[in-house]
Amino acid sequence: MTPVDASLWPFDLIIWPIVLPLIGATLSFVLPRLAVPLGVSTAFVTLLSVAALLLEVWAVGAESYALGGWAAPLGIALYADGLSVVMLLMAGAVGALISVYAAGYFKLGALDIAIFWPLWLFLWAALNAIFLSNDIFNLYVGLELMGISAVGLVVVAGGRTAVVAGTRYLLVSLIGSLAYLLGVALLYGAFGTLDLDTLAASITPVPAAWAAVALITVGMALKTALFPLHFWLPPTHASAPAPVSALLSGLVAKASFYLLLRLWFSVFPAALTPAVVHLIGLLGAFGILWGSALALRQSRLKLLIAYSTVAQIGYLFVLFPLAGPNGWGSEAWSGGVIQAFSHAFAKAAMFLSAGTLAYAVGDDGIESLGGVTKHLPLSVVAFGLAGVSLIGLPPSGGFTAKWLLLLAAFGTGQWWHALAILVGSLLAAGYVFRVVQVALSGGQGRAARLTPRRLEVASLTLALIALLLGFASAPLLQLLSIGVPA
Amino acid sequence: MNADPFMPLFVLLSSLVPSLVIFGLSDRQAGLRRWLYLGAEVVKLLLVVVMAERAAAGAVYEFSVPLLPGAELVLRAGPLALLFLVLSAGLWLLTTIYANGYMAGTPHQSRFYGFFGLCVTATAGVAMAGNLLTFFFFYELLTLVTYPLVVHTQSEAALRAGRTYLRYAIAGGTALLAGVIWLYVLAGAVPFTEGGALAAAGLGEQRAALTAIFVLLILGLGVKSALVPLHGWLPAAMVAPAPVSALLHAVAVVKAGAFGVLRVVYEVFGVSLAQELGVLGPLAVAAAITILYGSWMALQQDELKKRLAYSTVSQLAYITLGVSIAGAEATAGGIVHLVHHGVMKITLFFCAGVIAKTLGLTRISELDGVARRLPATMVAFSVAALGMMGLPPLAGFVTKWYLGLGAAENGELWPLAVLVLSTVLNAAYFLPIIYRAWFKAPPGPFTEKLPPSRFETRWVLLLPPLVTASLTVLVGLLATTELGALQWVSVIAERELPYAPEDIIP
Repeated sequence: MTPVDASLWPFDLIIWPIVLPLIGATLSFVLPRLAVPLGVSTAFVTLLSVAALLLEVWAVGAESYALGGWAAPLGIALYADGLSVVMLLMAGAVGALISVYAAGYFKLGALDIAIFWPLWLFLWAALNAIFLSNDIFNLYVGLELMGISAVGLVVVAGGRTAVVAGTRYLLVSLIGSLAYLLGVALLYGAFGTLDLDTLAASITPVPAAWAAVALITVGMALKTALFPLHFWLPPTHASAPAPVSALLSGLVAKASFYLLLRLWFSVFPAALTPAVVHLIGLLGAFGILWGSALALRQSRLKLLIAYSTVAQIGYLFVLFPLAGPNGWGSEAWSGGVIQAFSHAFAKAAMFLSAGTLAYAVGDDGIESLGGVTKHLPLSVVAFGLAGVSLIGLPPSGGFTAKWLLLLAAFGTGQWWHALAILVGSLLAAGYVFRVVQVALSGGQGRAARLTPRRLEVASLTLALIALLLGFASAPLLQLLSIGVPA
Repeated sequence: MNADPFMPLFVLLSSLVPSLVIFGLSDRQAGLRRWLYLGAEVVKLLLVVVMAERAAAGAVYEFSVPLLPGAELVLRAGPLALLFLVLSAGLWLLTTIYANGYMAGTPHQSRFYGFFGLCVTATAGVAMAGNLLTFFFFYELLTLVTYPLVVHTQSEAALRAGRTYLRYAIAGGTALLAGVIWLYVLAGAVPFTEGGALAAAGLGEQRAALTAIFVLLILGLGVKSALVPLHGWLPAAMVAPAPVSALLHAVAVVKAGAFGVLRVVYEVFGVSLAQELGVLGPLAVAAAITILYGSWMALQQDELKKRLAYSTVSQLAYITLGVSIAGAEATAGGIVHLVHHGVMKITLFFCAGVIAKTLGLTRISELDGVARRLPATMVAFSVAALGMMGLPPLAGFVTKWYLGLGAAENGELWPLAVLVLSTVLNAAYFLPIIYRAWFKAPPGPFTEKLPPSRFETRWVLLLPPLVTASLTVLVGLLATTELGALQWVSVIAERELPYAPEDIIP
């Protein structure tokens, strides 16, 4: 990590992706009547600030920033490298499009809830804070803020199922963060620092470090829903309103994964044993197969998509054994990050189009979708194109991810992971086309409720980005390589 | 010779852009759609013909962009690619004219033409792919854009066929991907190279891995080229509208598979390495089994399109057989069959479509005396069917002659026996149709499905099969002249394969 002092812009950019959504959240909380325009404009302004930061990192390299001018051991350090800005971009672009969708969606029927906006913007600020923090305690603060606002979003629709799911989610979230906090305390006790760079330099394989790694890993695996700790994800993601499901599956799951990625590769390598690395990879591989197989068996569309998330998260963890403990910037590592990135777009597109479809036909049973192509062709197309990325067919981002992961699997001779990845693709094709087939069949279809075109356009845009992301692989990979230690 | 590197890209865009525009047009804008589409086709045809002419003089067109680290998307239009391109661009134009008559008055035409154009785009990409990654890229794209065409009518049967198609195609694509990546790990991006990219790579001790990779690649390609037992989707896909079947069978999907086998054997592994690994023998056996099994199954079918579909299964394996019997003549016979089978099979499907659309007949047992009502159609059908059987001087004869010659040259007699047996079977399933149509009396008046017109059916339906039937005669008659496909194959042999043109046309 080589922070550079030079700057492209006359002011510090790194704090704006955190500050802007916080301002937006406060304003939309104080002025609920204006929540929608405030929320949507905050989304685009935040996206702009992310784009500006991205340009700066692209032009001058990784940069760090000490909040309030205090240097690392005392002050709060922010750090933006290629990985950070790629994650910020993911949250920014997906978040902005979900905001556009939500602005239309929450006007439908009885779903007029202004509280969505402050919660979502707080969540966004927390996400960006996690992606930019260079300090394990601040990461904890980000995690808690994210967890609390996510729980709020799950119960936002009201109703018994939502409250049950929300309570379960709250517990999982708290246990995960608590495990993380214990790990942080152990690390601080043993090495006396919270800063990632200092910690990376001083960490040694002592029992306290092992315990900390174990606690943090289990906590984050629980929050990311790694098999077999995924039990809470399907009911939670499936019971939330569509834009919330899209946020949870697309973005929130990625934050805890990001944390694990950064800590495992830049802080923990000295404290890791090969057995742990292989274990987490095997759990990922099982997650791919288990999640896909269950997705095939679902009769409700949103549950199908949620199980697909369990499977797609499995791919993320396969990168650990493929990259090896020092594999920051390797093929497998980049493949995993691109998987997280493109899955955010594809899965958000899927949940949003499912939301439109479910609203139009009145329920989210897959069999109810017969003939729905007649009324909502764009939503079905969005679902299908997002599916292409999940299956990993070219030219999608999912294809790039699978290509890189498979290269690493064949290259390191870990053929069982290659097998899991390939079988996962086949199963994904199975559950995606199962839905498409039903949507194409069945004559006239049910009389569908009218839905604003804006909803369809938002989900289709997300799906198209996921589909065409393969063409942007080269610049994306170049961006990711910024800040990779030589 | 220096050539414009953007030409291959233009070839792709010439069908990609209009197809995407057409998705946005409603069925009310049919006029605009028709002219846009035909304009695109004429442009594409002109582009590839100009490229072919310059390529004959030695030009090589190459365009590449980085796609993944260490792996570029390479479009390269050499003689082999152009053979496929000219065929697909020409038949696309004819098929569209035909489709204008066939699809008239049906719903969702914009969707139909859009995906139809994307299908041709993906085929052009398959033809021009300059390395395995690019090939895979377009091969999978082809799977995706063909699916909406197979399920176009959205009937229960069409959806079932679509499901079958996807099962086979996606499983095949997965095997192909595994092979491509494994090979990438061993040898890098593997550009398609004359004489075989791997021959020079010095992978002598990797025999087991190379054999496994070959098997994976052939499994993946075998699905689209309908190598038994991977052919199950093809007869099922017959529920698609006739123009789709015509294009699927003549150029797009099945030929993409056969073309891939060709690339893998000649330009990835190279004949000598493939022979050393001992993989060509089993491939030839698989092709022979496919030839006989396909013919045998064709004989059992009463539904005309199904019989034609099994005939495709059988005929395509000629290409694979030609590729796997090494030697200049057999290779020429295999490659030239890409074109010959294309023009013959598209004629047959056009005719089957005319009969179904005009008289509502789809079964062979209903075709008694149909030639009295549709004489011109049945002339075209008969010419193509006789060509399939291998009657000199029609297109199919040239193929079989060269395949037989190649096998005999190698001192292998069993392929000859397969050729003879398959010709007998071809006759057994085509002659009864011709006999019924021309010599039996119709059981009663035909039910007319179309309003009366000046010709025996809509002229847009009649013209394309007549053109392709004439081509069947011409490519056979003119095989060894400048205009014949065989002549072009000798150019390919010189430029891209380890053979001299004199070995093909003395």
